[in-house]
Amino acid sequence: MPDSLVIKNLNASIGDRAILKDFSLTVPKGEVHAIMGPNGTGKSTLAKVLAGHPDYTVQSGEAFIDGEQIIGQEPDAIARAGLFLAFQYPSEIPGVTIANFIRAAIVARQAKGAPFDAKAYYAELYAKMDALKMDRKFTARFVNEGFSGGEKKRCEILQLMMLKPKYAVLDETDSGLDIDALRIVSEGVNRLRGPDMGFLVITHYQRLLEYIVPDRVHIMYDGRIVHSGDKDLALELEAKGYDWVKKDLASA
Amino acid sequence: MTTLTSMPSGILDASLQQNETKRFAGNDWFIQLRQLGWKNFEALPLPKRDDEKWRFSDTRSLSLADFTVAAAPSDADTAKLIGQSHFITRPAGLIIHIDGHCVLRPVIAPELAAQGVKFESLEDALRHHPALLKEFLLKHEANLGGAKFLALHQAWLRAGYVLHVPKGVEITQPFVSVNWTLTEGAAIFPHALVVAGDHAKVSIHEFNLSALPDQRALAISAADLHAGTGAHISRFAVQAWGKNAQSFEIANTCGGRDALITSVNAALGSRRARLENTVRIEGPGADVRLYGISVATGEQEFDQRTLQIHSAGKAKSDLLFKNVLLNKARTIFSGLIKVAPDAQQTDAYQTNRNLLLSPEAEADSLPGLEIEANDVKCSHGATTGQVNPEELFYLLARGIPLAVAQELLAEGFLEEVLSKVDNEEAAAVVREMFRQKFHTA
Repeated sequence: MPDSLVIKNLNASIGDRAILKDFSLTVPKGEVHAIMGPNGTGKSTLAKVLAGHPDYTVQSGEAFIDGEQIIGQEPDAIARAGLFLAFQYPSEIPGVTIANFIRAAIVARQAKGAPFDAKAYYAELYAKMDALKMDRKFTARFVNEGFSGGEKKRCEILQLMMLKPKYAVLDETDSGLDIDALRIVSEGVNRLRGPDMGFLVITHYQRLLEYIVPDRVHIMYDGRIVHSGDKDLALELEAKGYDWVKKDLASA
Repeated sequence: MTTLTSMPSGILDASLQQNETKRFAGNDWFIQLRQLGWKNFEALPLPKRDDEKWRFSDTRSLSLADFTVAAAPSDADTAKLIGQSHFITRPAGLIIHIDGHCVLRPVIAPELAAQGVKFESLEDALRHHPALLKEFLLKHEANLGGAKFLALHQAWLRAGYVLHVPKGVEITQPFVSVNWTLTEGAAIFPHALVVAGDHAKVSIHEFNLSALPDQRALAISAADLHAGTGAHISRFAVQAWGKNAQSFEIANTCGGRDALITSVNAALGSRRARLENTVRIEGPGADVRLYGISVATGEQEFDQRTLQIHSAGKAKSDLLFKNVLLNKARTIFSGLIKVAPDAQQTDAYQTNRNLLLSPEAEADSLPGLEIEANDVKCSHGATTGQVNPEELFYLLARGIPLAVAQELLAEGFLEEVLSKVDNEEAAAVVREMFRQKFHTA
């Protein structure tokens, strides 16, 4: 499918431990899909494997962004192809300011030697920071260094807004957020929703999905999707608990 | 004409040195100082490989042959290089040397002059303020291995500047000294003498550059910094000689009671560059911060030797040297903290961090403590490693290519020290120099 994030029979491991087991999923552009599942089921691994993290080995399978194979590509090439990973635990980068960091990411997407419009860049950066209720002084702060959990997640969404990928994978973006931060981050995501971007929202809790209402909900267990449904599936899961997944769905 | 003999020539020629010394007739003490320098130079051997103070240094390639004291530069070269010497807008004063010749004598604001501030070439200061020089010039031996080099510096001493800020005078805007080498094979011996009277405040920035990137040159520099009671001295020294230069800098810093001294050494240039930095804490309450940063590329060797001597108690010294290494570059950091028996309640720290961006680069670290007091807080540490893989992945995951990501991480690594520079304009100049260096590595 050309206008989709397509993951086909993906098998991946870390060390000799198999984590993704024939994982398949399609996220059409313009839709928001959520993946829920108990801890240790492979949700974050999926995010990292898609982003090309070197610690994971892909044994077999494929993943395509609008028809372009990303498995086997370098992480920076995957990102430029249009995949954005909002990290569960964003790294702190001492000495590198947010402004320079995002600037480098944008320059990497420009044609070689193309001029960089610093004025337009800052105007856009400030507008998006305002939308996320981030102090403009953050541009001069070092990436994630000394940030609270909420500030780190807002910074991830700021990058997402600035880089405008084709698909965004949000890995447990709700973890470590209080309700105000959750609302601000969700508003940022909702503002980006539209025909040009697809979302894969990974979460352990239903809470986030009250703010980012998904088109589809998938339940992941033991390295693959075991059940899919509409947004009400999240509520059903919340009511029945993950034991339901382990006992009933895993064998299905 | 070809010379087949091995007669000493250039800076190793005693008759040339003596001839130049004659220029200082009338300043007998200075003549004696130069003569003593020559005598010591001749008596001392060149460092050998088994010399502990030169451990890990490439002593085999140490050579002082075939360097000369160059003639004064042409008017055209002078005009061109003066034009390239404006690193800070409106410095408190600017002095420029080319090949050891003062080509721009500093002019300072009348109100500073009225307060007794002196910023002059060493030669002018010799005539105008001999007592000041006698009191503070070259009062300490080189105790970190560079005695022979310091002796040669003393023997050829002529270039440099004297900055004296009297008691109670506070100047925020930095003074700037720029040294250029221009002639192939030129040897220069610039001296920096900074004296801050009690409760005075002064900042000095030094930029050391070569007019031609491939030019062979020898620079043996020395710095004497004296901070009186409660005085603040901030010094930023940028070593950006050409890639075929050999450079040696021997710095001595004395801090009196409650003095605050910050020194930042940035190293970019030279085939081999050695820095010997000794800090003497002579008064209680003094606070001395020594920082170093470098980006070593190609086959460069940056050799850093430091000594923090605590003679008075209740004082603090903090040292942080950070090196980024590419290609086949090598860095050596050897640091010692010495605390005298009665220097109680000393806080002394020493950290060396090396970032290796190439498997062929090599960083050696020799931290040391010699503590004779029993009530102190001292620590030393050294780390050498590659970029943090999770930080790197984070940058890559934003689409930033590997080389750019590594450069950003390295720049970030240096930023911790660059942020200590007291003038953002100067920090930006050096940040850009480092960036250019990454791009040409």
